[in-house]
Amino acid sequence: MSYAAGVDVGSTQTKAVIVDRHAEIVGRSLISTGADVVAAAQRAYDLALEEAGVEAGRVGGVIGTGYGRYKVEFGDTQVTEIVCHARGAAKMFPGTRTVLDMGGQDTKAIRVQPGGEVIDFCMNDKCAAGTGRFLQSAAAALELHLDQLGPTALRGKRPVEITTTCTVFAESEVLSWLSRGRKVEDILAGVHHSIASRSFGLLKRVGIEDEITFTGGVTRNAAMVAVLEEILGSRLNVSEDSHYMGALGAALFARERASGAATPAGAGGEVA
Amino acid sequence: MTTTTDIVGRGAREGRRLFEGWFDELTRTAQEGRPAAYVFVMGSLCEILRTFDLPAVFPEIHSLQTAVRRVADEFLSQAEDEGFSPDVCGYVKADYALQLRGGEHPMGRIPPPSIALLTNACNTYLKWAEIWERMYGTPVFTLDVPGSRRPVNIAGMGPSPGDSGPGARAADPGGFARDLRYVEGQLREIIDACEEVSGVAFDIDRLREVLRLTNDMAASWRRLLQLNRHRPAAFDAMLEGTIYLGVANVLRGTEEGAAYFRDLVEEMELRTREGLGPLGAKAEEKHRLAFVGVPCYPMFRRFYELFSEWGGVFVGSTYTWFASGGLDEDFEYDLDRPIESLAEGILLTVRRAMDSLMFQDRALIQAVDDFGLDGVVYHPVKSCRTVSTGLAASRRAVLDARDVLCLYIESDMMDKRVVSEAQLKNRIDAFFEGLESRRLRREA
Repeated sequence: MSYAAGVDVGSTQTKAVIVDRHAEIVGRSLISTGADVVAAAQRAYDLALEEAGVEAGRVGGVIGTGYGRYKVEFGDTQVTEIVCHARGAAKMFPGTRTVLDMGGQDTKAIRVQPGGEVIDFCMNDKCAAGTGRFLQSAAAALELHLDQLGPTALRGKRPVEITTTCTVFAESEVLSWLSRGRKVEDILAGVHHSIASRSFGLLKRVGIEDEITFTGGVTRNAAMVAVLEEILGSRLNVSEDSHYMGALGAALFARERASGAATPAGAGGEVA
Repeated sequence: MTTTTDIVGRGAREGRRLFEGWFDELTRTAQEGRPAAYVFVMGSLCEILRTFDLPAVFPEIHSLQTAVRRVADEFLSQAEDEGFSPDVCGYVKADYALQLRGGEHPMGRIPPPSIALLTNACNTYLKWAEIWERMYGTPVFTLDVPGSRRPVNIAGMGPSPGDSGPGARAADPGGFARDLRYVEGQLREIIDACEEVSGVAFDIDRLREVLRLTNDMAASWRRLLQLNRHRPAAFDAMLEGTIYLGVANVLRGTEEGAAYFRDLVEEMELRTREGLGPLGAKAEEKHRLAFVGVPCYPMFRRFYELFSEWGGVFVGSTYTWFASGGLDEDFEYDLDRPIESLAEGILLTVRRAMDSLMFQDRALIQAVDDFGLDGVVYHPVKSCRTVSTGLAASRRAVLDARDVLCLYIESDMMDKRVVSEAQLKNRIDAFFEGLESRRLRREA
């Protein structure tokens, strides 16, 4: 077996990673999940294979992760994204003891042992406040593209206070600050502070220990990284591949499984 | 001759029959217009009611049964249409809707309250009873149980405030005696009120007999909980334990109840002898867990399966502690002084139920050792702040004290609008993946 793959089917985006026999990333892809989850998983996998220049027949194992993990129909088994992000983060940053994963629909704080075994985790419950969706909502209200959020927020000097805990109501709060004449960059800085504060709360629940590795789609937002580092008083491990950490972890489990090692995978089925 | 086949599963079958029988009796009471008393699981005062042949209605139980039978949303919506907030306790709202429906319930008909007896074990009880007072003019008696915080040596982990065992008495014997007199005086007033409502004269020998039957049931209950130290465990404390808990509450102080639990102990002893774990012959008990909180009734069976599919067995449940009316407590009524002893039992067990929020972590840490736990599952619920407050701190304390994994999942005991199977499953799967990782590492 030369290669292994992980496919992370998230609520907004699907990511796939191919690793080689040395557990190094040789292919990756990122697409919108859309309504056809099965097709998205297959498409992301195909694109990652294409980037790696590898034929599917040379992949010895595939593991699905993320909310749509049971839709990775060509996969061998499933592992939750919580465990996969921990595994991926420990591979990329071996000193990792705490992981903060900020995705489209949920945020996870994970405490890990050396090697990435999960000791404890907490997630946002009940609502999407403090997640990437919160940022999307603010971007929509301000008619900005997601990529513009970070650079704009970094220019904010006097962040407003966003108090609502509801992603839907956050949009009206943003509009309310606009009508009061506050600058877009200050409003966005406030939005970033609000999300970072919630994440800090989650991290405190599991216990914060250096090094902290930041994973998920929001890692591409420079303002979020800056605000989190300010609140935490600590540097965050972030890499170009942080967005792919769940898929990477899944690929690493797939690689181990293909080589005969037991993995903590799969019981029960899909949600009824 | 009784065979293994006759005994295994008997507790579940008989439990269902007795529980349905209790609802049938309530239905007859309602149809015949006879008086009934409303009581609560924490500090139920059932022993007094038995003495007067007053049927006991447990609003918490008939409310949760609307969720188990998947009609709670209709009841909750009806109460919310009347102005109740979505944040109000789901049990209160389901019961309020039930009263608006003339007591019609999926399991029968619930009579209105002729008298309501409650304690201050849960602050919601007080406002809940006021609803009946306003609707029906029901006489309400609130037994005020002092939750004294005695000045003791916390740092040395000696007898603590809220230590309901001998430590509390030893720490401040004078204070304990005063509290006891205070509760006993109130019990005597309750007895007078029950005489008035029922038209039956109080008979102390009858109370003595009822207390003897509760002692009998309590001994079986404690034995039952202890049997789960065995590997594999005798029963799942979250799934089966909740069913047994229902029978224990509604048949407390009765011959039927005492006999049922003697038989149940016989069944569980047999199951442990023969290694018949709750997962059945096909599945292996892989992970021994404790459950903390109130179960997720809107998807009760599925909620259990999310754990059992991974080979997870709840060998302990705090529900079988705090909602058993003190049956788990190492306490026996003294039949030579029934009223005083009943007061003592109430004082100790209600106080402990109140204080368990502050000191539950100690019992859980002990359970990790005694029951060989691999993990502890915390299930705070939106509806009940009384049992949910403090769970985060307890989780932290257990994690600090023992090398176990803890899962913290939030949902509700009544309201399916805040229950997401996908979210629960994701967290539960990750929890078991963590437990599996540990197991694999240890075996490597």
